Amino acid sequence: MAKLLLYLTLATSLIPLFSVAFSPENPTDRRVLVLVDDFAIKSSHSLYFGSLTSRGFQLEFKLADDPNIGLQRYGQYLYDALVLFCPSVERFGGSIDVASIVDFVDSGHDLIVAADSNASDLIREVATECGVDFDEDPAAMVIDHINYAVSNFDGDHTLIASDDFIKADAPVLFQGIGHSLNPANSLVLKVLSASSSAYSANPKSKLSNPPSLTGSAISLVSVVQARNNARILITGSLSMFSNRFFRSGVQKAGSSIKHEKSGNEQFLTEISKWVFHERGHLKAVNVRHHKVGESDEPAIYRINDDLEYSVEIYEWSGTSWEPYVSDDVQVQFYMMSPYVLKTLSTDQKGHYSAEFKVPDVYGVFQFKVEYQRLGYTSLSLSKQIPVRPYRHNEYERFLPAAYPYYGSAFSMMAGFFIFTIVHLYSK
Amino acid sequence: MVGKTESQNGAVKATAAPAMNLESDLFSNFSFKSFKLKTKQQELLLRVSILGLVYILAFITRLFSVLRYESMIHEFDPYFNYRTTLFLTEKGFYEFWNWFDSESWYPLGRIIGGTLYPGLMVTAAFIYWTLRFLRFAVHIREVCVLTAPFFASNTTVVAYFFGKEIWDSGAGLVAAAFIAICPGYISRSVAGSYDNEGVAIFALLLTFYLFVKAVNTGSLAWALASAFGYFYMVSAWGGYVFIINLIPLYVLVLLITGRYSMRLYVAYNCMYVLGMLLAMQIRFVGFQHVQSGEHMAAMGVFFLMQVFYFLDWVKYMLSDTKLFQAFLRITVTSAVAVGALALGVGTASGYISPWTGRFYSLLDPTYAKDNIPIIASVSEHQPTAWSSFMFDFHILLFLFPAGLYFCFKKLSDATIFIVMYGLTSMYFAGVMVRLILVATPAVCLISAIAVSATIKNLTSLLRTKSKTAVAGSSKGTGGSKASSKASFDQSQPFQKNGAIALLLGAFYLLSKYATHCTWVTSEAYSSPSIVLAARGAHGNRVIFDDYREAYFWLRQNTPPDAKVMSWWDYGYQITAMGNRTVIVDNNTWNNTHIATVGRAMSSYEDEAYEIMRSLDVDYVLVVFGGVTGYSSDDINKFLWMVRIGGGVFPVIKEPDYLVNGDYRVDKGAAPKMLNCLMYKLSYYRFGELVTEYGKPPGYDRARGVEIGNKDIKLEHLEEAFTTSNWIVRIYKVKPPNNRW
Repeated sequence: MAKLLLYLTLATSLIPLFSVAFSPENPTDRRVLVLVDDFAIKSSHSLYFGSLTSRGFQLEFKLADDPNIGLQRYGQYLYDALVLFCPSVERFGGSIDVASIVDFVDSGHDLIVAADSNASDLIREVATECGVDFDEDPAAMVIDHINYAVSNFDGDHTLIASDDFIKADAPVLFQGIGHSLNPANSLVLKVLSASSSAYSANPKSKLSNPPSLTGSAISLVSVVQARNNARILITGSLSMFSNRFFRSGVQKAGSSIKHEKSGNEQFLTEISKWVFHERGHLKAVNVRHHKVGESDEPAIYRINDDLEYSVEIYEWSGTSWEPYVSDDVQVQFYMMSPYVLKTLSTDQKGHYSAEFKVPDVYGVFQFKVEYQRLGYTSLSLSKQIPVRPYRHNEYERFLPAAYPYYGSAFSMMAGFFIFTIVHLYSK
Repeated sequence: MVGKTESQNGAVKATAAPAMNLESDLFSNFSFKSFKLKTKQQELLLRVSILGLVYILAFITRLFSVLRYESMIHEFDPYFNYRTTLFLTEKGFYEFWNWFDSESWYPLGRIIGGTLYPGLMVTAAFIYWTLRFLRFAVHIREVCVLTAPFFASNTTVVAYFFGKEIWDSGAGLVAAAFIAICPGYISRSVAGSYDNEGVAIFALLLTFYLFVKAVNTGSLAWALASAFGYFYMVSAWGGYVFIINLIPLYVLVLLITGRYSMRLYVAYNCMYVLGMLLAMQIRFVGFQHVQSGEHMAAMGVFFLMQVFYFLDWVKYMLSDTKLFQAFLRITVTSAVAVGALALGVGTASGYISPWTGRFYSLLDPTYAKDNIPIIASVSEHQPTAWSSFMFDFHILLFLFPAGLYFCFKKLSDATIFIVMYGLTSMYFAGVMVRLILVATPAVCLISAIAVSATIKNLTSLLRTKSKTAVAGSSKGTGGSKASSKASFDQSQPFQKNGAIALLLGAFYLLSKYATHCTWVTSEAYSSPSIVLAARGAHGNRVIFDDYREAYFWLRQNTPPDAKVMSWWDYGYQITAMGNRTVIVDNNTWNNTHIATVGRAMSSYEDEAYEIMRSLDVDYVLVVFGGVTGYSSDDINKFLWMVRIGGGVFPVIKEPDYLVNGDYRVDKGAAPKMLNCLMYKLSYYRFGELVTEYGKPPGYDRARGVEIGNKDIKLEHLEEAFTTSNWIVRIYKVKPPNNRW
């Protein structure tokens, strides 16, 4: 009894602990660890950090080689997200290493990695784990002789003005190392790619060999949404987060329009909203199914039953859960392959439902909703349900087609009865 | 020397014999009349007590496994039977009848109610309910464990009556004693071997007995009883096909040999029609009984019987023999033509299903090997070795031809039946190991006839001799016998000694048989095969309880809806003991599904991973004997997985796993073999282990070689559990990589 009580108290005391980190009620990250090479970044990138704190994030700045840093204590993660603004760190202090960062992501936490030219092997390794390969030449930078930003201090065209992303108000300034996506990785996406005239090389030296990375294969900013919905942002430029880039005006080479302010602030604010789950986060609740006309969920269906499947999908707006409205959510009734594939109809309030007939096949089926849309967390719901054939007494009792047989059986019985009587008593 | 002992023996017997004769003389002379009833009563008492002792003996000789291990279910199939019986007692008959099992054959499921023979489960449940009603608080497991011995005891009683029917009560008693301890039968009916056969042999023998009785008496009641016996057999075992083919064959033979009679007509027609109607009530049989090729012989003979009866009637009506001959020719020709036509049309239109693979492989032993690897892969479907005939029958093997001789000597409807039963079942026993079981009752009965007749002859020789000396002509059972005895009179001393020597020899043989049977039962047939026993270095017994360890681990440590992939052998045990969903199990109804698992096991890990993902596999279970030297493990079964997988998916090719036709796992093994999933899962981390003193690490004791790939890395699976002796290894299938 005492033991039971102990377990109960333990269990109840653990519940709040679980709910702190990445709770389904509030998916937005709260506690962010920022690792920097040098505390000067804190002030030189203060606009970016300011925008984060103003949105309610608790930033904790640590030197990357601080011996006291650690991502978790007593098996609990101390942070919801990690920002690596330390391109040149050779070895993290404390208990952090590549494996622990990977584990951090694999347990559902977010990561921002900003490298730079001369990025250390450590940062490259973290990027490689996320499906992104920085240019192997440590001194290489992305150079673009056509889409560079006109400026008075940069002569080697490494300051790139890229507007190759959705709804650009102003080009985004980028200066740093380029990377390519690992073709084996299906989850990594280019957000900001270089133009087709860009290449990656050391601007200080003469180009002896053709550059290994060229054109729009060069990614400037990439994101990954892992299968557990952890989000990762990787960029080869730390300076694009800086106050200087945020504030500077931009004029693209060959263009007469001079923007008063670069697109960096808007771009990075919006993308960090995405990375930190302030945008594009869906949740599905109340997955239900039942026979038409009933409300209880059965343990098993029968073939040819009519059933209704429903699910509620909400989207996190940053502060509250709003109904998610879309007309392309589909449910599958699946046993090795989908037997039924139906688009769910919505009532515009987040409630999706569909009615369909169980196929004439028995087996163990699954209700599957695989909803993967760009920019949204992936929803993959599956619920197993067996489907049984008819019971012996569920078939039709009298078939019209069989009336001749019934007739013959009964007439035979009657005939036999009469015959017996006649045979026995006719003498 | 020999002559001397013989003569001495003869002298001793000679002194003993008069004493015996004196006694019998006393009986016959003084109080023959008043003691007559008494002798009959004595005989009855003797018979009943012998039968009672045999009944008990049959039960207790099957209890070795319970005493040595514990009251547990054995082997593979019995676990399924146990699980279904449990379900039946908990949920009732209608739930059982309509049971759709979603825990096996994931994701296809299995309609259990419609794909099993419910006789065994219903029998056990009925015993259980009866005991409960009588306020015996037994557990259903105990009932299941003891069902087979109980029915073996009942079989001895049936054997007695059968023997009595075909020969005499002495043969019946001997048959009962033989069948009680015959290893061929014990192998399937020890305590814990809760399988269909345990009940079915009883039903088989009962049906045959009742049918022979019906043929002998021509009584409708016996025929009806045999139809019900047949119904019980159909409900209990797929081997009923043997009955429904043997009986028509028997009838046909009687027709051909001119032994057609009204008795036969009544017995067969009643038995066939009612038996068919009853058998069709079993869902698993259903319309097969009138549609499938295996049952067509019975139907054909049924119609032939009507034609015969009709001809008989015509013959009776027509006085002209010449006219009748013409009529006969026309009728027979047209009947055969119509029958052949119906069969041809039915087969061509698909109304009559062709013979199943198992049936084919019975008639043509090489068929399964070439065409259906899944049937050929089962160890009990292998052709029988001579040694196992000796092992299972012992002296019965020699007595069997002698019994046949006696049967032919005294040919009757009943002996023709037992001869046919014996010969056909002996043939089938030669084709498949497991069918020794079906032959056992016939062999026991026929041998019993031989033993009983011989001993009777010998003893009567001993007795009648002195009787002829004293009374000249005793009342003698048969006049012809007495006259034949008289012609041997001059060689009396030799004959007497010979008879005594033969009797002693017979007793020696019979006692050898008894010791052999007991030894076989205790050594070979009483191991549950789920718990393994071996002798340790100091002669002590070592128990390997790894199977149950693994299954209980599954039960305790995996999510309730976890799907476990293993080779089909272990499917029933995983569902029954581990209570987890399996992909394939011992009910090998879907070859493609099994081939998919075989393909996964014989593919490289990444290919196998795709297959396992498509089947939602969470855990993979392999059985590995390299540490303990347990030879029936998955590596030794692996070639069958390759063959079965390759039978459906031609990407799997058997030569890829062989080197010059040799199957090996050491350094010289084929590269595909060294990297396939089964090899990796069996030998993962095995390269670090020293199994035997003086051998390199990674020495496989089951195959006696050092393994070829010691550095095994798993990418998509991780070791979840390995039992204490490494016999069962369970791996967890990892979810897909989070970031890739």
